[in-house]
Amino acid sequence: MRKQLQISILMFAAGLVLTACGGGDQQRTIIQNKGSDTLVNVAQAWAEAYQRVDADVVVAVTGGGSGTGIAALINGTVDIANASREMKAKEIDQARAAGHDPVEHVVGYDALAVFLHADNPAVSLSIEQLAGIYGDGGEITRWTDIGLEVPGCKNQEIIVVSRQNNSGTYAYFREIVLGKTRDFRLGTRDMHGSKDVADLVEKTPCAIGYSGLAYTTDHTKLACIVNQGSACIEPSVATASDGSYPIARPLLMYTSGVPTGKVKQYLDWIMSDAGQCIIQDKGYAPVRGVTCS
Amino acid sequence: MPANPARQTTEVLSNTDFDHRDLDWYIDRGVQILVFLGGISAIVFILGIFIFITKEGLGFILEDFSFREFLFSPTWRPTSELKETYGILALVAGTASVTGLAMLVAIPFSLGTAIFIAEFVDGKTREYLKVTVELLAAIPSVVWGFIGLSIMNPLIIDVFDVPVGLNVLNAGIILGLMAAPIMTSIAEDALKAVPDRYREAAEAMGATHWQVIYKVVLPAAKNGLLGAVLLGVGRGFGETMAVLMATGHSINIPTSVFDSVRALTATIAAELGETAVGSPHYQALFTIGVFLFVITFCINLTADLIVRGIRKE
Repeated sequence: MRKQLQISILMFAAGLVLTACGGGDQQRTIIQNKGSDTLVNVAQAWAEAYQRVDADVVVAVTGGGSGTGIAALINGTVDIANASREMKAKEIDQARAAGHDPVEHVVGYDALAVFLHADNPAVSLSIEQLAGIYGDGGEITRWTDIGLEVPGCKNQEIIVVSRQNNSGTYAYFREIVLGKTRDFRLGTRDMHGSKDVADLVEKTPCAIGYSGLAYTTDHTKLACIVNQGSACIEPSVATASDGSYPIARPLLMYTSGVPTGKVKQYLDWIMSDAGQCIIQDKGYAPVRGVTCS
Repeated sequence: MPANPARQTTEVLSNTDFDHRDLDWYIDRGVQILVFLGGISAIVFILGIFIFITKEGLGFILEDFSFREFLFSPTWRPTSELKETYGILALVAGTASVTGLAMLVAIPFSLGTAIFIAEFVDGKTREYLKVTVELLAAIPSVVWGFIGLSIMNPLIIDVFDVPVGLNVLNAGIILGLMAAPIMTSIAEDALKAVPDRYREAAEAMGATHWQVIYKVVLPAAKNGLLGAVLLGVGRGFGETMAVLMATGHSINIPTSVFDSVRALTATIAAELGETAVGSPHYQALFTIGVFLFVITFCINLTADLIVRGIRKE
């Protein structure tokens, strides 16, 4: 709700600026930017900051989900589509058929952290263990199955917290942890938002959940992840940036064809230190190590 | 000729009929049309809504729909990469268990309040009580859901020593409190509809106040009370927000009141927003809508027929 409010205020402000300058100055360019709800906060922060870089460009940001943004790109109604997943082959075909050759830009990374209650003694979890907890027909239903004793957890029964089945986060976690050929088990608590996952895990000693690193709270604990016998990798902005953390997904922006002009300048600025510091400030990982003030 | 003044008036009116089409006549006609439109609008809307949801769900019903899977499979996996499964059995079990428990909570509450208001109190106290009960009905469902999430959840964990407090018990209590006001109003109307001569006759026979209620008033009002309960059931089936927040939203056929479940309505609310319009998943959600519509329609119709039944007697 607040997000929508922010967006409408931004749009209103943009409209106001446009009308105000409608008389003499015709050089103002509007960049339409739409898509992923994961990226919408960052996209707005970029749009606001870019006002101070180039006052002649207005970036109009709208959320609605990755699918919405990609659909708009196919229909040719946006300049930049935000997505927290890659375009499907079918979508790329549709876009090409409509005369838009989608070009992908990785603008940052989002690490999916595994959340545990503050009292949970677990330090590390392997991808295989996560698959046993989350996967359909998985063997692990109690904390004692992986040799843990969680204080305050009745019967040591694992309360598995997941997301609603059409969220990009749900699909990405399933792909990495369970692979393409396995479903989540039934009976997970499917929360309707990244923050809800963190909130429920915080209050429930038995619980395990996954959510964006940006949603970390002070009262939850993040497991470090072991992938195929590797060393345990802590979820952090640094490990997501350098690609060592196994459950980190790229955050993408798609343009129709190789960008030119104002859109290219805007994307270049996003990839600059100034733009990458903003995404880091919002709790996501920049594409490379940057030093920010 | 004073024989028939009424006839005379009629003649005068019909003679000057055209002259009477003044402003008042048009206003009268206009208001009649407005009221008529208002009167049929409910029917138009309900038909419109039914046609709309059926149309949206039709593609699924015609193509991917397997009656057996839809009604008898507990597996709801509309976005699976392996095989999409659209089974609503677990969701129906969730809705039914929560509604059932809600009725166990709401019936004693609402019946007690209704008997108290209708039979024991008079005057000001009665008016205050009625207003308070109606106020209870005005609390938005998201507020109830919030109470379930932030007050009931930790309370249930503490009291019953269970791992998580978002479950059938939590949602059942919340939903029971939500359904109680409307049930109270209907039940009280039913009790008031019992003619006073019944009570007077019973008292004349030497019955005590409680005996009058128990032996005479309640049996006489039983259809109306049943109608009240059915309306409460309808309310429970249709409620969305509070159930979404308090059940734990977990696909599960419950075996105890401490199991998390997921309701039909909550599934639509949680998933419709991010589903591509026109996809099988989208159409399946609308098919759930049709299912819910038919169920609540049947419940409300039954309730209405039962209540109407006593009025006629």
